[in-house]
Amino acid sequence: MNVTATLIGQMIVFSILIWFIKGVLWEPMLKVLEDRKARIADGLAAAEKGKHEEELARQHALDELKKAKAEAAEIVAQAQKRASEIVDEAKNAAVEEAGRVKVAAQADIEQEVSRARESLRSQVSALAIAGAEKILGREVDAKAHAKALDELAAQI
Amino acid sequence: MSESNAPAISSPVEYIQHHLTNWSVGVEHGEQVKIVDFSVFHVDVFLFSVLLAGLFAFFAWKIGKNLNPDRPTGAQNVVETLLEFVNQQVKDIFPNADRLIGPLALTIFVWVLLMNAMDFLPVDLLPALAGGIASLFGADPHHVYLKVVPTTNLDTTFGLALSVFALIIFYNIKHKGLWGYTKQFLFHPFGPYLMPVNIVMTAIEEVAKPVSLGLRLFGNMFAGELLFLLIALLAFSVWAMPAQIALGTLWAIFHMLVVPLQAFIFMLLTIVYLGLASQNDEHH
Repeated sequence: MNVTATLIGQMIVFSILIWFIKGVLWEPMLKVLEDRKARIADGLAAAEKGKHEEELARQHALDELKKAKAEAAEIVAQAQKRASEIVDEAKNAAVEEAGRVKVAAQADIEQEVSRARESLRSQVSALAIAGAEKILGREVDAKAHAKALDELAAQI
Repeated sequence: MSESNAPAISSPVEYIQHHLTNWSVGVEHGEQVKIVDFSVFHVDVFLFSVLLAGLFAFFAWKIGKNLNPDRPTGAQNVVETLLEFVNQQVKDIFPNADRLIGPLALTIFVWVLLMNAMDFLPVDLLPALAGGIASLFGADPHHVYLKVVPTTNLDTTFGLALSVFALIIFYNIKHKGLWGYTKQFLFHPFGPYLMPVNIVMTAIEEVAKPVSLGLRLFGNMFAGELLFLLIALLAFSVWAMPAQIALGTLWAIFHMLVVPLQAFIFMLLTIVYLGLASQNDEHH
C-alpha cells in the first residue's frame, strides 16, 4: 500500500499501450466501421433512388403506352375514313361509268335505228316502183315520179 | 492445496501478510515500505500488468491486421462491439473529442478489466506456483512473494490516474489557454472577491479527480482481494470447507460485477474529466 517507482513504469506502459492500441486497433477498425456505415448508407440511398427511377420508368412506360394506343386509334380511324372514301370514290366512278356506257349504248342504238331507217328509206322507192309496176302492169319511170317517191320515203 | 494452506491454518495473519506483500526490489521483503518511496520497485505488479498489456496489444494487433470490412467474424465482431460501445460513450459525453480520447478510453477499459480479472484466479494458484518454482532453484518458498492483481496496488491505479490527470491539465490548457486555465483557479467558483478561497477550492477540485480515480479502483480491488484471502482462510478444517466453497462462489459472482464495473467507471470518469477540461465556456 504505497507508491513506488513502479508508478513510473506503469505510466510508461500505459502510454505505450494507448499509442499502440490507437495505431493498431482503434484507427483501422474505426475506419472500417465508418466505411461500412458509409457504404450501407450509400446502398440504401441507391436502392431508394433505384426505386424512384423504377417508378418513373413505369410511369413513362404507361404514358408511352397510352400515347401509342391513342395513335393507333387515330390511325385506325383515319384508315376507316380513307376506306369509306375509297369506296365512295369507286361507287361514284362506277355510277359515272355506267352512265357513260348507257349514253354510248343509246347513241349506238339511235345510230343503228337511223341507219336502218336510211337503208329502209333508200329501198322504199324501189319497193314502191316495183309495187306500182305490178299494179299497173307496166314500167314506171322512176324519174317522172321522183317527187312522189321522195315524199313517200320521207313519210317513213 | 493443503500444503500451501498449511501456514494459513497455523497463522492466518502471517498468511494474509504474505499474500499482501509484493515481490519487490529495493527493499527487504516484509519490511514496512514508506507510503511514497521511489527507491522500491514492485516486480510482480509491473510484470503482470505488462503481461496483460502485451496480451491486449497482441490481440489488438492480430485483429487489427486481419480486419475484414465486409464480413466480420468471431473476435472482430466482439472487438467491434466493444469499440463501438466505447466510441458511443465518448461521443455521448464528449462530443468534440479528439482522436486520442477513444483509444485512451478503450485502453483503460480493457487493461483495467484484464488486471482486475486476475482476481478471479484462485488466490494461492500463482503464489504457490512461484514458490514451487523458486524451491526448485533452492530458494525458500516462504520468502517468495507474489501479488497477482496489479490493480490492488496504488502504483497501478495512480499510474493510470496521474496519466489521466496530466491529460486533464493538457486539455485544459489546450482548450482554455494557460490564462484561461489560471482564471478558472482565480475566479471559480466564488468570483474575483474571494480569490484565495477560489484557488484552494479549485485546487482541491482538480486534485480530487485523480485521487478519487486511483483510490476508488484500488479500494475496490484491494477489498475484493482481501475478502478472497479471508475466504481462503476458511480451509482451516474440513467442516468449514462447504462454507468456504459457498462464500467463495458468492463473492466471485459478486466480484464478476465489480471487476467490469470498476473498469467501466474508471473509463467513464476519465472521459467525463477530459470532457470537462475541454469545455471552453466560462459561464459556470
